[in-house]
Amino acid sequence: MSNPLRIFVPVKRVIDFAVKVRVNAAKTDVDRNVKHSMNPFDEIAVEEAVRIKEKSPKTEVVAISCGSAKAQETLRTALAMGADRAVHVEVKDDATLQPLAVAKLLKAYADKEANPDLWILGKQAIDDDSNQTGQMLAGLLNWPQTTFASKVEIENQSLKVTREIDGGLETVSTKLPAVITTDLRLNEPRYASLPNIMKAKKKPLIKITPEELGIDITPRIQTLKVEEPAKREGGRKVESVDELLDKLKNEAKVL
Amino acid sequence: MFSNTARIALKTRPLFAQRFYATGAGNALLFVEHKDGVIGGATLNALTAARKVGQVTALVAGDAPEAIAKEVAKYAGVSKVITATDAAYAKGLPEDVAPLLVEVQKKYGFTHLFAGHTALGKNVFPRAAALLDVAAVSDITAVEADDTFVRPIYAGNAIATVKSNDQVKVVTVRGTAFEAAEASNDASSVAVEAAPAAEKPSLTQWLGEEIQKSDRPDLGTAKRVISGGRGMKNGENFKLLYDLADKIGAAVGASRAAVDAGFVDNSLQVGQTGKIVAPELYIAVGISGAIQHLAGMKDSKTIVAINKDADAPIFQVADYGLVEDLFKAVPELTEKINA
Repeated sequence: MSNPLRIFVPVKRVIDFAVKVRVNAAKTDVDRNVKHSMNPFDEIAVEEAVRIKEKSPKTEVVAISCGSAKAQETLRTALAMGADRAVHVEVKDDATLQPLAVAKLLKAYADKEANPDLWILGKQAIDDDSNQTGQMLAGLLNWPQTTFASKVEIENQSLKVTREIDGGLETVSTKLPAVITTDLRLNEPRYASLPNIMKAKKKPLIKITPEELGIDITPRIQTLKVEEPAKREGGRKVESVDELLDKLKNEAKVL
Repeated sequence: MFSNTARIALKTRPLFAQRFYATGAGNALLFVEHKDGVIGGATLNALTAARKVGQVTALVAGDAPEAIAKEVAKYAGVSKVITATDAAYAKGLPEDVAPLLVEVQKKYGFTHLFAGHTALGKNVFPRAAALLDVAAVSDITAVEADDTFVRPIYAGNAIATVKSNDQVKVVTVRGTAFEAAEASNDASSVAVEAAPAAEKPSLTQWLGEEIQKSDRPDLGTAKRVISGGRGMKNGENFKLLYDLADKIGAAVGASRAAVDAGFVDNSLQVGQTGKIVAPELYIAVGISGAIQHLAGMKDSKTIVAINKDADAPIFQVADYGLVEDLFKAVPELTEKINA
């Protein structure tokens, strides 16, 4: 990498992956009064950006989060992992912010400041499971998109990405600027050390609003209701392989 | 008894959806995924979903789309086929396919765009939606009305019913939630038209692929699936599962733990971040049953768990659980299954 790169990494604060979510009493949403953390795919995105920076120290890594005030915790985590600075696009209600609006906010911020060479996003957020924002951002920018990346190689202005597809892997190449979305296999994100967490508190974090960016974030999709999934009537045990085979043949009739 | 009830409930679900839904006023475009001359990628399931909103036009893009166009015309509900012929479309690169969808949409004014929620559908459709300035609705499991869809969120731990307020609904379909459409049209009576020309920015070059070769059925659509987890201990031991799979014509899957440990290839992963399957029979071997894994298989009709830990969460969803060492139980099962 000859020229120093500027990498923008959008991160999302979501309900922690280990929490068993519950639908709220009004059936309008899930109960959000639970532990939150950075979306796991975004940790992988931050890690990848920081690894690029480690190879090419002039690289600048900017973490961006669109969300309520608490999104700043997630940005501090990204800073502690090695991002240089952070941008918080503050919205009132996380629950109504949708991928198209996020993609527009990200593009608007980049247009306002100076477009990066590379966007690295997680392939999907584990709350809405949409898997859209990276593709939408790339579309709005008219930039190449290399989604579901399990291996990223950058040399000068060239990008080679191995992608996880149905049935195996695919390799594509493109030129920067580009958008990458990360799959699980891309890397193993680091833990932020205590000294780095302390240092992260001093790194710059600026706040901006959708109004300042001139973006309408009105949801296009309305959630009519949220329900618990149908319960499975599992939990029966059998004593032996013979009993199992008998049940599968004569009761479930699947063999 | 319980499992019977559950199975009946699952079987009646598609009927239920059909009875309560079919206004037929819509005009849907179906994006046809194909590879090596075969229609795939949940396209035929997406067709079933698309038919619920009205008539369906199929779009086949590729370097030589004619044979696939002829094939897709045979499916009931397909009233027109649009072909886009260009080498740029051969690999389904989103930078070229998304502008094509936009031009086709501009010319024909569809109410809906449908595709399977596959690696290809996920890659192309949100980009096209952004170019059309509309929201995308991912991974739907039911069509409630022209503008209202059901989709799982939080790894399937909650089910949301959502209404799109956009003019055009851009939708990807969970294949396992809809029956595959069946061929019944007289293909020769279906009109075939060429797509309008679209910009092909060719921003990305396709270099190559490594597809896992297997004689077993495709994991996403197999009627029987046997999956191994961390309890398999290593990749060699997966042979125990292959032997059983070959005997009953099953596909082999894996948990994320087994994939991360390098026992098997990534493409075998079943779960929120891997494949979503819903076979008639799912046998989970040495899999504890993390939320992430359950998201990918809990709509299977009958679930069997084999695990030596009686407290493993997988037993809570299993119709039949066998608490035993898999290294003893699986070979015994393979041996006795024909008897």
